[in-house]
Amino acid sequence: MPSNIGDPEARRRGFAWKDARRELGFPEGPCNIGWYCSDRISELGMGPKLALIWEAVDGTIRRFTYDDIRVYSNAYAKYLLGLGLAPGDRVAVFSERVPELYIGIIGGLKAGLVMQPLFSAFGEDALEKRIVNAETSAILTNRKLTFRVRKIRERCPSLRHIVINDPGDLEMQPGEVHFGIDNAEPVESFACFPATEETPSLLHYTSGTTGQPKGALHVHGSLPAQALTTKWVLDVRDDDIYWCTADPGWVTGVSYGVIGPWALGTTQYVLEAGFIIDRWYKAIQDQKITVWYSAPTAIRMLMKEGEEKVKQFDLSSLRHLCSVGEPLNPEAVVWSERVYGLPFLDTWWQTETGAIQVTNVPGMPVRPGSMGKPFPGVTATVLAHDFTEIREPNQQGLLALRPPWPSMFRTYWRNESAYQSKFKNGWYVTGDRARIDEDGYFWFMGRDDDVINTAGHLVGPFEIESALLEHEAVAESAAIGKPDPVNMEVVKAFVALKPGFEPNKKLEMSIMNFIRKKLSPLAMPQEIEFVEKLPKTRSGKIMRRVLRAQELGQDVGDLSTLDDN
Amino acid sequence: MSEDLKQKIIAYIREEYLEDDSMVLNENTPLISSGIVDSFSMVSLKMYLEEELGIKMTDEEASTEAFDTVNSILVLVGKKLAGKK
Repeated sequence: MPSNIGDPEARRRGFAWKDARRELGFPEGPCNIGWYCSDRISELGMGPKLALIWEAVDGTIRRFTYDDIRVYSNAYAKYLLGLGLAPGDRVAVFSERVPELYIGIIGGLKAGLVMQPLFSAFGEDALEKRIVNAETSAILTNRKLTFRVRKIRERCPSLRHIVINDPGDLEMQPGEVHFGIDNAEPVESFACFPATEETPSLLHYTSGTTGQPKGALHVHGSLPAQALTTKWVLDVRDDDIYWCTADPGWVTGVSYGVIGPWALGTTQYVLEAGFIIDRWYKAIQDQKITVWYSAPTAIRMLMKEGEEKVKQFDLSSLRHLCSVGEPLNPEAVVWSERVYGLPFLDTWWQTETGAIQVTNVPGMPVRPGSMGKPFPGVTATVLAHDFTEIREPNQQGLLALRPPWPSMFRTYWRNESAYQSKFKNGWYVTGDRARIDEDGYFWFMGRDDDVINTAGHLVGPFEIESALLEHEAVAESAAIGKPDPVNMEVVKAFVALKPGFEPNKKLEMSIMNFIRKKLSPLAMPQEIEFVEKLPKTRSGKIMRRVLRAQELGQDVGDLSTLDDN
Repeated sequence: MSEDLKQKIIAYIREEYLEDDSMVLNENTPLISSGIVDSFSMVSLKMYLEEELGIKMTDEEASTEAFDTVNSILVLVGKKLAGKK
C-alpha cells in the first residue's frame, strides 16, 4: 500500500502550509483543537470508532470510543468552567498516564483554557516553579500525586482548584475536588470556545542553559502541523493501532500522543505502566500495534536485551516505526531493521517547534544516523556563528528554521526578551548543531549550549546547580551532561562541600535523592564528583566547558579567563 | 533471604520513594511498572543496596525487570551475596 505522503520530493516541491487544511480535509473557520479531535470525528460518523485503548498497570484494559472522548471531554470543559475558570486561564495537568489525562487535555482546550502539561515525576521545586511562573489556576491530578501538590500548595497562591480524578478515601482539603470519568456525567453537547489560529492552547515548559525553565506558549493554529506530520511522517491510516510511548507531561506526548492521532481519528493505545521490556513487547503483540513512535533511549534498552527476547513475542503487526527525542544512532536503525524487519525513522523537532520539522519519511531512503530532510513547508539550514547561512555541504553550524510555521511557539511565558533572542537574521536558532550533506540530509552534531539531553529530555544545568546549593552540605556545584550509551547523556555533578562535611557514599546518595525529590529523577545526578573547588572565570561564572572537556579527556581550550586563585 | 533484609528494603523504598503513606507496599508491589521507581531513580536504589550489603551490581544485572518488585530485587541480591561467600 502506498504511504500517505506519496513521493516525498514531489511533496517538498509542491507544498505550502496554507494548503495544509485542504490537504487534511479540515474545514476552514474556527480551529479549536479539542473540537477537531473529538466532536468533528463524531460528526464524520466515526463516533463508535475506538479512540483509546488504555491498559492499566495491573493489566486491566479500558476502551473509549470517539463518542466517549467527546462526551467526557465535554464534561471536563463544562466542569472546569463551572469552577469559575475563564478562557485563557492556565490549567496544569500533572498526572500519571490515566484516561483522564488525555480526555482532560481535550476538555480544557474545548473550554479555551491554556493547558499546561507537567511531567508526573517532577519534584516539588520543579512543580512549584512552573506553577508560580504560569500563575496556574487549577491542576488536574491523581491521588498519588496529590501529596506532592499539597507540599507546594501554600507557595502557589494562584492555585485555587486541585481536581483529583481518583481520591478514593482521601480526606479532601480546601480547594480539592473529585472529578474524573468515574463520577462525571457525560455531556452530549458543549459549545467549544471559538479559538482562532492565534488563541493560546498549551504551555510547555522547557529548559535552557541559564535561568529557570521557560514556558513555550503554543496556539490552536498549530493543529494542521501536528495532524499533517502525523499523517505523512507517522503514516497513520484508518485501520492502524498507534502507540506513542512518550508521556504527555512532555511535548511529544501531547503533539503526537493526543492531538495528532485524534485529529486524524486514529485508534491509539496507552500503557500506564513504566518501561518494562516484556510489557512493551506483550503490548505490541496483544494489541496488534501497527505504528510505533518511541525514543532512542528505549530502543537502546531494547537492543541491550537482545534478539532472543524479541523472538518470544509475535511482533508481526508492526508496519512503521519512528523515533524522537535525541539522535538515533546508526546501530539502532540497522538493528531494528534486522530484528523487527523495519528501520526506526528518526524525526527531529523540539518543544518550541510544536511539531516535527526535519525528518525521515516513508519512501525516502534512510541514511542511518541522519535526522532526514526538512518536512514539506519547512525551510531549515545551518548558520555560522555570525548567523549567515553556510552553503557548503558537511560544514557544521547552528541548526535554524525559517519562521513562521503553524506550530511555532508564540512566546516564552512572560519572557518575551528570551523569545526574541531565539531569532537571528530572520531565522529561529534551535540551539542544536548540525551539518547538511551533499544530498540535503541533516546530521545532528550536538548542542550549542550547556543544556543536558538525557533520555530525550532537556535538563537545564542552572536549575540543578541552584537546587544543589540548597543541600546543607553543598558549598558550590556544577552540572554537566556526561555521555551515556543508553540515555545519550546523564547528569554528572561536581560538588565542593562546606567545611565540616566529608565526601562519602552516604552523602552522595543523600545529594542524589535530594535532587530527585526537588526536581525530578531525570535531573538527579547519576554521578557526583567531590572537588575542592570549581573552575570559574574571574567574574565568578562556573566554566562548565572546562569540566566537560576534563570529563571527556579533551583539550580544555582557552583558560585565559580562568580564576586560578 | 532474611525477613529483616526484606523489611529493610521495603522501609527504604517507603521512606525515599512513596508519598502516599496509606499505599500498600509489600514484596510483590510493582515498583518500576507502577511508577514508584523509574529507571533513573533506580540508580540511587542500586547504590543504597550496594552500600548496605557490600555488593556490586552491573548495569546489565540491575535491569528494570530485576528491580520491579522487592522480591525480584531479593533474588538478584541473593545471588550477589551467595557469590561473595
